[in-house]
Amino acid sequence: MTMKPSIAFPVAAAVLAVLAAAPLFIPDYWTGVLLGMTGYVTLATAWALFSGPTRYVSLATVAFFGVGAYVVAVLNEALPYPLVLLSAAGIGMILALAVGLSTLRLAGVYFVIFTFGLAELVRQTVSWWEVNITYTMGRYVFLPFEGRHIYWQLLALAAVTLLISWAIGRSRLGLALKAIGDDEVVAAHAGIDVTRVKLLLFVISATLITLVGAIQAPRWTYIEPSIVFNPTVSFMTLIMALLGGPMRLWGPALGAIPLFLLFEWLSVSFPDHFSIILGLLFILIVFVMPQGVLAKIDDIRKGGRA
Amino acid sequence: MKFRIAEAARAARRLSTHAAAAALLVATGATSVVAQDGTPVTIGYAVSKSGPNAGGSDMTVTPNYELWVKEVNDAGGLTLPDGSRRPIEVIAYDDRSSAEEVVRAVERLATQDKVDFILPPWGTGFNLAVAPLMAKFGYPHLAGAAVTDKAPDFVKRWDTSFWFMGGSKDYVEAFTDILVQQREAGAINDKIAMISVADGFGIDLVKAARPAFEAAGFDISYDETFPPETSDFATILGEASNAGADTFVAFSYPPHTFALTKQAKVAAFNPPVFYLGVGAGFPIYPGIAGGSVEGVMSLGGIDPQNELNAAYRAKHEEIVGRAPDYWGSVLVYASLQMLGQAIERVGLDKAAVAEELSGGTFSTVLGEQTRLEDNQLRAINWVGQWQDGAFVAVSPDGGNGTAAVKLPKPDWQ
Amino acid sequence: MLEHVVNGLVLGGTYALVAMGLTIQYGIARIMNLSFGDTIIAACFGTYVLFSTLQINPILALAVVVPLGYAASLLIYRVIMKPLVDRAPSDGALEVDSILVTFGLLFAIQGVLLIFFGGGYTSYSFLNTPVNVLGTAVAGNRLLALGLSLVIAAVLVLVLYRSRWGMMLRAVALAPQSAPLFGIDTDRAARTAFAIGGALAATGGVVVSMFQTFTATGGVVFTMKALIVVILGGKGSVPGAIVAGLLLGLVETFVAAYVDPGLTLAAVYTVFLVLLLVRPNGLFGKA
Repeated sequence: MTMKPSIAFPVAAAVLAVLAAAPLFIPDYWTGVLLGMTGYVTLATAWALFSGPTRYVSLATVAFFGVGAYVVAVLNEALPYPLVLLSAAGIGMILALAVGLSTLRLAGVYFVIFTFGLAELVRQTVSWWEVNITYTMGRYVFLPFEGRHIYWQLLALAAVTLLISWAIGRSRLGLALKAIGDDEVVAAHAGIDVTRVKLLLFVISATLITLVGAIQAPRWTYIEPSIVFNPTVSFMTLIMALLGGPMRLWGPALGAIPLFLLFEWLSVSFPDHFSIILGLLFILIVFVMPQGVLAKIDDIRKGGRA
Repeated sequence: MKFRIAEAARAARRLSTHAAAAALLVATGATSVVAQDGTPVTIGYAVSKSGPNAGGSDMTVTPNYELWVKEVNDAGGLTLPDGSRRPIEVIAYDDRSSAEEVVRAVERLATQDKVDFILPPWGTGFNLAVAPLMAKFGYPHLAGAAVTDKAPDFVKRWDTSFWFMGGSKDYVEAFTDILVQQREAGAINDKIAMISVADGFGIDLVKAARPAFEAAGFDISYDETFPPETSDFATILGEASNAGADTFVAFSYPPHTFALTKQAKVAAFNPPVFYLGVGAGFPIYPGIAGGSVEGVMSLGGIDPQNELNAAYRAKHEEIVGRAPDYWGSVLVYASLQMLGQAIERVGLDKAAVAEELSGGTFSTVLGEQTRLEDNQLRAINWVGQWQDGAFVAVSPDGGNGTAAVKLPKPDWQ
Repeated sequence: MLEHVVNGLVLGGTYALVAMGLTIQYGIARIMNLSFGDTIIAACFGTYVLFSTLQINPILALAVVVPLGYAASLLIYRVIMKPLVDRAPSDGALEVDSILVTFGLLFAIQGVLLIFFGGGYTSYSFLNTPVNVLGTAVAGNRLLALGLSLVIAAVLVLVLYRSRWGMMLRAVALAPQSAPLFGIDTDRAARTAFAIGGALAATGGVVVSMFQTFTATGGVVFTMKALIVVILGGKGSVPGAIVAGLLLGLVETFVAAYVDPGLTLAAVYTVFLVLLLVRPNGLFGKA
């Protein structure tokens, strides 16, 4: 995307307006598809915000997503809705801070596995808390939202996420990140507070992910840990972002949209063979990127297009 | 084979409509299907064919949907009020055990496929997830595999919803009656050891059980909850057997139920009352337990004298290739029979069918006079026990379609 | 107290048995195999079919299923992994590629199992007989898992540390780039290690199927447990896998007995996360 901002912004605004108006003209099902797609676009973009430049592959997406949904489930009758969202964001932020402070010194596959373990730990802890402290398992969210209301909120969040991603890319922070991604040691010598930058990014990314969970929660009416802490969400997000390329502003979105539509098409057309086709397609995707996914990312980083 | 061809044709049709819809995302009038005699009645459902919920769906829900559709179609189709018959065409999706998928699948069935009726998914959570949509699009919602004490509230909220599996309180109170009688007869002491799985089902039951047991004067001497992923129960059963209770209760799911049984045999843990959760009423259960299941109690149970039910079980075994479970299957199947008869009386109008389901009397495998009370099926067998190779419904003294409970449980063999 | 130690060790034996194959695949063949658990499930179903239709004793089934696991893994390595290994510019790239490709493989295996066996629960009863160990009645089939894991570990350690062939495997694990300089066929070593891992997964599957209820989609649970054990023990370390597996079994049992059965898994993940922070290379890993 090399368009000048003076052109890009009006174009983006127009696209946004069309997308926002869409539910008024299309059947509910397609609103549902747009909703799911927007959710993943936001998740993948938010994920890439941190994981793209730092190359820390996180599987903790669902930990934050689930926490967001759970906060809504717990508070939806106690507080007005905007405050509920604010609380969700706040709790996600605090959790991200705690996690970030303790884990960002891990690297490589250890970070991957840590974040996966973290998601499971959060899920187990929430279950235990609900069962033994509050004696409620399964909460109801009776908010007067239909699909399109949720979709509009997600669309707004997606726009904000992309805007944040764009702003970071242009800021000093973005420069610092690029330096860290290239070589952490060099970046540190150049006077960049590497840990602080990473932590900041992690918190922003996690807070956005928490909000996606919070906004989507009213769609399921009934919330329990096994529903909202579904590890598939983490894997989907990761794959979409990796496919599209987590280094570009539009990369994650361009990975999320086709993959989401593909999954949807598969589950409509081959409901009995979804797993097997998905699996084979996946293997194929890895093979058609002959230099490997990571190298492809490097290609893109160096300005080439694979 | 015929089914396959129909399926392929439908897939092709779906593909083309989707391609069209995708091309004109923002537009337009969907092709309207002109209803005419002989055109099929479309019935859609989204069930968990994969993921963690597949085990439950595959036992209680999906086989009964398939059995019922096959039976109806073999008989020439659904009968309409004018006596004409129309075959059922099925559109089935896999929700992959994801709440978002099941919601979108129901939207797809309602607004894209425009099916005539939608059958619900498996599980309390997923039934609740689709309930607002079913109500919004006006479909009768025959929640067959969902245990909830809140059914009376849900009926008020969604007046086209119907609940066929009762609530935790019902199951627990019927079981408590048996315990009280046994205690008065001196067969058991007043202590209960209770464990439950930490998910919606287990916790709902345990929340109903605590006050019910305590109100009946029992002392719950061991009361713990375990995560659904637990696979080893040696320690939990050891602690439970140290609790000095004559009654052991586990509100568990099939993997736990099977593991608990195996472990109880290994540890020779054989309390007079041994009550397990989902899975103890599965036909494979005796095999898993190595044959010795006599006296094991659980939810559900069938009336061995009910010939309709026996015929249903035989048919299920013949067509699906295995026997149905002894609890939910028959309720799900009965809900489908009611749907078929309601259509026969009032036609395909969804609101009229819902009204008929709510007020009518139906002939089902449960009996000639099956009817709903406040949109809920209440004539359910709450407690069952393995007696002489069958899992029968029991009550303290028998009668009314139940056998008398036989306690204490004999030794594991 | 003693009974909890016995129960904990027996439970841990299963974890160790299941994890050894993954530690070899990951440590030596350098493939992070996310479809590992699904290999186990496939072996469970294989054993079940042999047992229920042909009345073949599951212990004898080992003789059929384990070689099959070896052969299938060998084939998978040749067809899918080898091209990835050849093209990977670095270890990191191979790691990402292998995670992605085995993620696909996971779904493919699951899909095949779903077509053949459906999504239902499967379980049968074999060797579910009490064995008295220091006063505690332990299930025979679980004891078998513990016994097998110890025997296999002993054999593996002997082979890896006492034979020339084992030395080659270790050399490949330690220095995949420089091993060829010493005339070691790294490809053959990696292929063999991956296949041995598959054979061990099959062994685990056969034994686990005797006591655990399994479903076509339940493989992820095994993969995760095994992964935790592998990382805890240090990747590629067989003794590490044994110690970490037994440790997890003890943690779960003691938490269930003295704290709360509801916190067993939370405790496991806590131990795991804390250890990962303190010793990122695991108990037996090299820094």
